[in-house]
Amino acid sequence: MKIPQISIFVSNRPGRLHAVCKSLADADINLLSLTLADSGEFGLIRIIVSNPEKAVEVLSESGIVATVTDVIACEVSALKGGLAKLLSTPAGSLQIDYMYAYPTCNQKEIAIMILRFRDPDEAISLLEKAGVQLLSRKELLV
Amino acid sequence: MKSSCWNDQNGLFLPEMSLDFMPVERLKQVQLQRLQATVSLAYEKVPLFRSRMDEKKVKPSDIKSLKDIALIPFTMKKDLRDTYPYGLFAAEMKQVVRLHASSGTTGKPIVVGYTREDMEVWSQVVKRGLLATGYTKDDIVQNFYGYGLFTGGLGVHGGLEALGAAVIPVSGGNTERQIMIMKDFEVTAIAGTPSYFVRIIDVAERMGIDLRTLKIKRGLFGAEPWSDGMRDYIEERSGIKAYDIYGLSEIIGPGVGCECECQNGIHIFEDHFYPEIIDPETLEPLPDGQEGELVISTLSKQAMPILRYRTRDITAIENTPCSCGRTIRRIKRIGRRSDDMFIIRGVNVFPSQIETALLRAEKALPHYQIVLDRKNHLDTVEVKVEVSRDMMSDSMSDMDALNKRFSHSIEQILGISVLVTLCEPGSLPRSEGKAKRVIDNRTQGGSL
Ligand SMILES: [Zn+2]
Repeated sequence: MKIPQISIFVSNRPGRLHAVCKSLADADINLLSLTLADSGEFGLIRIIVSNPEKAVEVLSESGIVATVTDVIACEVSALKGGLAKLLSTPAGSLQIDYMYAYPTCNQKEIAIMILRFRDPDEAISLLEKAGVQLLSRKELLV
Repeated sequence: MKSSCWNDQNGLFLPEMSLDFMPVERLKQVQLQRLQATVSLAYEKVPLFRSRMDEKKVKPSDIKSLKDIALIPFTMKKDLRDTYPYGLFAAEMKQVVRLHASSGTTGKPIVVGYTREDMEVWSQVVKRGLLATGYTKDDIVQNFYGYGLFTGGLGVHGGLEALGAAVIPVSGGNTERQIMIMKDFEVTAIAGTPSYFVRIIDVAERMGIDLRTLKIKRGLFGAEPWSDGMRDYIEERSGIKAYDIYGLSEIIGPGVGCECECQNGIHIFEDHFYPEIIDPETLEPLPDGQEGELVISTLSKQAMPILRYRTRDITAIENTPCSCGRTIRRIKRIGRRSDDMFIIRGVNVFPSQIETALLRAEKALPHYQIVLDRKNHLDTVEVKVEVSRDMMSDSMSDMDALNKRFSHSIEQILGISVLVTLCEPGSLPRSEGKAKRVIDNRTQGGSL
């Protein structure tokens, strides 16, 4: 249930995001989601892609520093209080480094959240016990 | 005298090795004869040396002992620039067989020339360094010093050829190809700048290649000051023995001196290069053992004799016997150059201190650069550090913590606060594989 997410370290300079996207595009890798965290001097680009193994290879060949991190994709209700409900489960009290919404275009009532837990294995077992629907890598690709 | 040092593994007599073990009295005789000849040559053929000596009323015949060298005026890098390109040549161009030049990042480069005899001396001193550090003619040596106008590549190349090793003249750059060659060509020894080899180590790790599993046993590194911490780092991560070869283009290029297998200082090839240590403030000669600026005079150069050249390198002459048995004296490894030193808020800082701090914080040696600036009449120091895959984390708070570890470690060593900026690998400039460590943007200059 763990989803490999690629995190990329970039200097905060014009053209760096383009360099990353271009090396992925040239290798026929599809970007499924992208978020950017920045600290002024540098940024961390976090992406979920169609072929993470190849993406890391391609990036590292272009001299771009990237690592793979396991994240978890959870279904939550897109209605009021959906995220609050997820976080009220025991997993909500674990250490969460960050989270973001995964883009979906054909679902009105269900949203997908990507969560990065410090301890993904423990999070998975707690979430599953609480009946939260977790998505596999294959399901995300649909 | 150790008789084993007179022979290589095949039992061949190596006369050039014997020079390293010459009895001190004999060495001093050779030095004096050669010094007298060099001073005469410089006085007769080079107007700058003649006018400087005339000003001080010194004649070549006044050099009666080695101590008399103190009568001769110093030569500075500026003198080489001011006489660009051939003003310090003592030989006619038809005698010159090779020209090299510095990269000249500021203003005109400096040009140096060699006669055939000079080329022979150059390859022999480098060969002596190679023999002292265990290289043999059976070695397959990858030379990633830059080839071209820079003296590093071709200088070391000449010594390797004289030794009879199989030289791979790969020059700098294209790191992944370097690693492929190391592996596929079954390289047993290497030579180049230490900062570039650190980059090779990083890239090899990224490619999943453990350099310790390859056949490389030793490396000769030079062309920039490198700390003992950097040596430990290189030896641990690559499994090789790392030796320091010293030199500067103004004198001959690499091969002015070299460590031996004892790794306890650089033996100067004193029969060709006469070392002195002076107090950089008073310019007075200092006794052996005391730290100061290294001054070198060439003793056999024909195309371009140089008298009392101020190297800006801070070191001390070690007079104690080395366990290798060589009688030629050693200097301490150069950790710092007075050129590289900068004064920030009244504190003297050397780049090697920043290197030590980075190593201490992360047990890794990232490529770094120091940028000095002045904002609102206050000097600022920014240390830019390239982040490797090992250091990187997906969490912003971990990255902030990494930044804090670096800045805290630097502040502990320097006693002043600095701004650390993390940047992408390969984003900091390098020239000829040599690291440019300090960029000074302060318009009014320091208090130097
Ligand atoms: Zn020795």
